[in-house]
Amino acid sequence: MKPARFDYVRAETLAQVHAVLAAEGGDARVIAGGQTLLPMLSMRLARPKVVVDIMRLPELAEIAGDGENIRIGAAVTQQQLLAWPELARTVPLLAAALPWVGHAQTRSRGTVCGSLAHADPSAEIPLALLALEGTLELSSRRRRRVPAAQFFTGLMSTARADDEMIEAAIFPCRRAGHGYAFQEFGRRHGDFAIVACAAVAHARGIRLAVGGVADRPIARDYSDIDGAALDDALDEFAWQLDARDDLHATASYRRGLVRRLGRATIEEARRCRA
Amino acid sequence: MPRLSAEARHRVAFQLNGRPVAAEAEPRMLLTDFLRHTLGMTGTHVGCEHGVCGACTVQIDGVPARACLTLAVQIEGAQVRTVEGLGPEPGRLSVLQEAFRRHHALQCGFCTAGILMSLDYYLRANPDPGEAALREFLGGHLCRCTGYVPILAAALDAARRLREPPPHA
Ligand code: FES
Ligand code: FES
Repeated sequence: MKPARFDYVRAETLAQVHAVLAAEGGDARVIAGGQTLLPMLSMRLARPKVVVDIMRLPELAEIAGDGENIRIGAAVTQQQLLAWPELARTVPLLAAALPWVGHAQTRSRGTVCGSLAHADPSAEIPLALLALEGTLELSSRRRRRVPAAQFFTGLMSTARADDEMIEAAIFPCRRAGHGYAFQEFGRRHGDFAIVACAAVAHARGIRLAVGGVADRPIARDYSDIDGAALDDALDEFAWQLDARDDLHATASYRRGLVRRLGRATIEEARRCRA
Repeated sequence: MPRLSAEARHRVAFQLNGRPVAAEAEPRMLLTDFLRHTLGMTGTHVGCEHGVCGACTVQIDGVPARACLTLAVQIEGAQVRTVEGLGPEPGRLSVLQEAFRRHHALQCGFCTAGILMSLDYYLRANPDPGEAALREFLGGHLCRCTGYVPILAAALDAARRLREPPPHA
């Protein structure tokens, strides 16, 4: 398993990245930590003509908070974010979700934005961004912001245009009176999630996002329901997710997990609120 | 802006186990093949070649990383440490390696180099690791022989010995 041939550009400025993407479009791929791109290259599921390395751009390696949001640059690794002393206080959902991303040995180089770009339906970081209603900052010669709900468009596909790169991800900070929880079920820790749930509880209701079931993470907002009303809502959500059988679990097993893990995650988020 | 063409081989200079080295690689060459085939450093093993098994784990700029998920050209200027760099001098083993020998923490040895590179980092970052945290950390490696129990015992033993104050000369 060896990658097919490609040119390699060690970008020194953002303008250089944009220029390569503008010239080569879909034949170019950005590489940051490479933890998802390298397997794609080695299995030849991706055969770019040119790979652009953005890890030498110091401006992309920054985590910046303004009290409302934190902005995570495209070269920030998952480990760097986990080790950020402000994380648990400012974005508790991310602090809970990140330990589930791969293993320590891949978080050391894998980036937050790389996971968002890859858009695996069972990945934790896209799920957390959707649950928190975060946004992506895409840049080419132009710049635009896309909300997570519009960014993930299907199985490993996103709203990023061929000439765009993800420059940063914007995660909203914890809000007063809100509770956050993340739970996941997989065969082993570090494996892909069979079902993962992220919940936000607040005074007016709850938001639940589910990954690992549909072709992308999906979120629903509910009023402050409980008991049988919550069971019914979760059951309906589980059916709407259009689960499929695969090697790891049957569709009905996944629906069962959505009901149980969904409820457990919501209850945990409510406890965190109190 | 440096653009390395697909067809040619390019010079990659970096530090390997504390010594400067330079060799040529095509852009598509994986760090595993660069170490093993180009530089002849076969201590780093290759199992799955897509990031799952951990056999190829080395340290890049001080942290454990999968060599099979790294392009050789990406390590220009970096510090790379492999299992060949663990022993304090030729013919001597590190405290961790000694503990592996004592506890029979390897059978076929295929997974061992990667696990050593991971644990070497982990015990430095966490001198007094809990067993649960160690198990979680070892989850980034597959071992088909030992059942992990002796690996865990060796890691805890090594951690204890590394914490002991060095004997007075
Ligand atoms: S060979 Fe690199 S993780 Fe298996
Ligand atoms: S000792 Fe054989 S795989 Fe670990």
